[in-house]
Amino acid sequence: MIAWMTWTLPTAIFFITIGCILFCMTVYEVRSPCVERKGFLPIATTRGDRLFIGLLVSAYIHLLFLGLSDMSLWIPLGISVVWVAIALRWG
Amino acid sequence: MIKTENNKAWFLVLPVFLLVAFSAVIPLMTVVNYSVQDILDPNTAFFVGAEWYREVLRDPRLHDSLLRQFIYSFSVLAIEIPLGIGVALMMPTKGRMASLCLILLAIPLLIPWNVVGTIWQIFGRADIGLMGWALNSLGVDYNYAANPGDAWATVLLMDVWHWTSLVALLCYSGLRAIPEAFYQAAEIDRASRWAVFRYIQLPRLKSVLVIAVLLRFMDSFMIYTEPFVLTGGGPGSSTTFLSQTLVTMAIGQFDIGPAAAFSLIYFLIVLLVSWLFFTTITHMDKSK
Amino acid sequence: MKMTKGKAFGIALYILFVLTPIYWLLNMSFKTNSEILGTLTLWPQEFTLANYAVIFTDSSWYSGYINSMIYVSLNVAITLAVALPAAYAFSRYKFVGDKHLFFWLLTNRMAPPAVFLLPFFQLYSSIGLFDTHLGVALAHCLFNVPLAVWILEGFMSGVPREVDETAYIDGYSFPRFFGRIFLPMIRSGIGVTAFFVFMFSWVELLLARTLTSVDAKPIAAIMTRTVGATGVDWGVLAAAGVLTIIPGLLVVYFVRNHVAKGFALGRV
Repeated sequence: MIAWMTWTLPTAIFFITIGCILFCMTVYEVRSPCVERKGFLPIATTRGDRLFIGLLVSAYIHLLFLGLSDMSLWIPLGISVVWVAIALRWG
Repeated sequence: MIKTENNKAWFLVLPVFLLVAFSAVIPLMTVVNYSVQDILDPNTAFFVGAEWYREVLRDPRLHDSLLRQFIYSFSVLAIEIPLGIGVALMMPTKGRMASLCLILLAIPLLIPWNVVGTIWQIFGRADIGLMGWALNSLGVDYNYAANPGDAWATVLLMDVWHWTSLVALLCYSGLRAIPEAFYQAAEIDRASRWAVFRYIQLPRLKSVLVIAVLLRFMDSFMIYTEPFVLTGGGPGSSTTFLSQTLVTMAIGQFDIGPAAAFSLIYFLIVLLVSWLFFTTITHMDKSK
Repeated sequence: MKMTKGKAFGIALYILFVLTPIYWLLNMSFKTNSEILGTLTLWPQEFTLANYAVIFTDSSWYSGYINSMIYVSLNVAITLAVALPAAYAFSRYKFVGDKHLFFWLLTNRMAPPAVFLLPFFQLYSSIGLFDTHLGVALAHCLFNVPLAVWILEGFMSGVPREVDETAYIDGYSFPRFFGRIFLPMIRSGIGVTAFFVFMFSWVELLLARTLTSVDAKPIAAIMTRTVGATGVDWGVLAAAGVLTIIPGLLVVYFVRNHVAKGFALGRV
């Protein structure tokens, strides 16, 4: 039934992580709704906006590393985690 | 409008969410899975990590077809948006003539996309098509099947023919929403035709233009059927746009892995451009 | 705004541009193949209905029209049924993740269809919807539902909140209020939305062709058959093309007043 989806362990972990992040953010949002504010990003954002911007930029960081260097993917991953944290906290 | 906080509204949205998630999330996940594997046949696949991404990002074909795609999409917007506004301004405002114009303008939108391709395929041919024949008898050496420039121009002309009506209809409805009093005030002030357009009509058109630009950008960025029917991507690769490159890879060469990686990169590009656009516009609305 | 001669000339010129290629198709559909390939004629010299006769007497041709009609109507029905409540929620309430959900819905119009065809085919085969009208109708919801929510939300935002509140004070339950009062108020908005949903479902070919083989094959896919061993049967191809325009024309004729009036109620 789901064999045609050709799951692999890394992609499964990837989607489970994304799912967990979304779930946690939703619970957090319901418990303590956030207010829109202005951080270092050029526009006023909510928590969800910052997460989206964080993840989208992370995707581009990965592509940049893949396209321009042969370094291990752990490096952009590390940078991305730090970046998402910064974006969520001060963005 | 002030909206009330109410999380029960989720129940109203739930059917939409489930329906779209079913058709969107499962295929998207599958494409992500494809993109990290070398699929030899449906039962044999090897995990290759980010290899396809690395390969595709350095593939000159991607760069070429991406560049061609951007040039094409911007040409489409640059022609269709002003032309659409122009047509909307020229349309009669009421009565039978207005209805007739609406119906006639809507015709190209209601033709299946491959039929649009067929229409232009016939229309542009020098032996049986009116346009090809007319151009050739005027002494223009026009042949969309052999000359890349002609092919490109024909695909663009076809797109303009096909979609300018959408922009025009949206703008027309935007113009109808402007109260007559605005025009009377402008007449008393002896405002020029340009001033009326710039300060009365254009601001009112902004929100419909957002819809028009977004729809036209997204759709022209993944145009496939019409150029495929018209030129098959040729001559050479002059009208091979992104979607076409993808189909050739995925089905023609059965390189599903690279094609999947390619289309995810492509999706990220459209996502970024649309998000930037969407945010800028909604932000502009808010700051007013 | 008065109608001037310059404007009338301009619009006439543009409409001429729109109609000429269609006229050419219509013209060809009444010609014999020998006339099409022989000399270029501005109108049919030997008027013939033979091309249309081919289509109307062969069930593999006309069943394509019936298939297209069935899945397009199903799609319009499903889309409106789910999009109406959702658009109401978006226009009236704030809820967790509303903005992001809205944007996510729109992103579904952005995915390049080409590579998604394979998983689509597998997904619909695995749940037994391959080559059914329902399958195509559901697949088209992917891009039509977001569009419908988007348009309807604009129309619904134009209806003042006081209408809802008065109805609730008068003791209307939500379903009764929604069906009896609210929907009739945005009638023309629904008409316009239905028009757009119909249009995008009718003109889409890639998904419809991938998800069908025989029983639900749309007319647009059948048209490719005219390219046979003896070359292209231009006359029949043109006739089939003309016939695909007609349902769209009928729909736009019925909603023409709504299109003009209805848009103005929307997000403008």
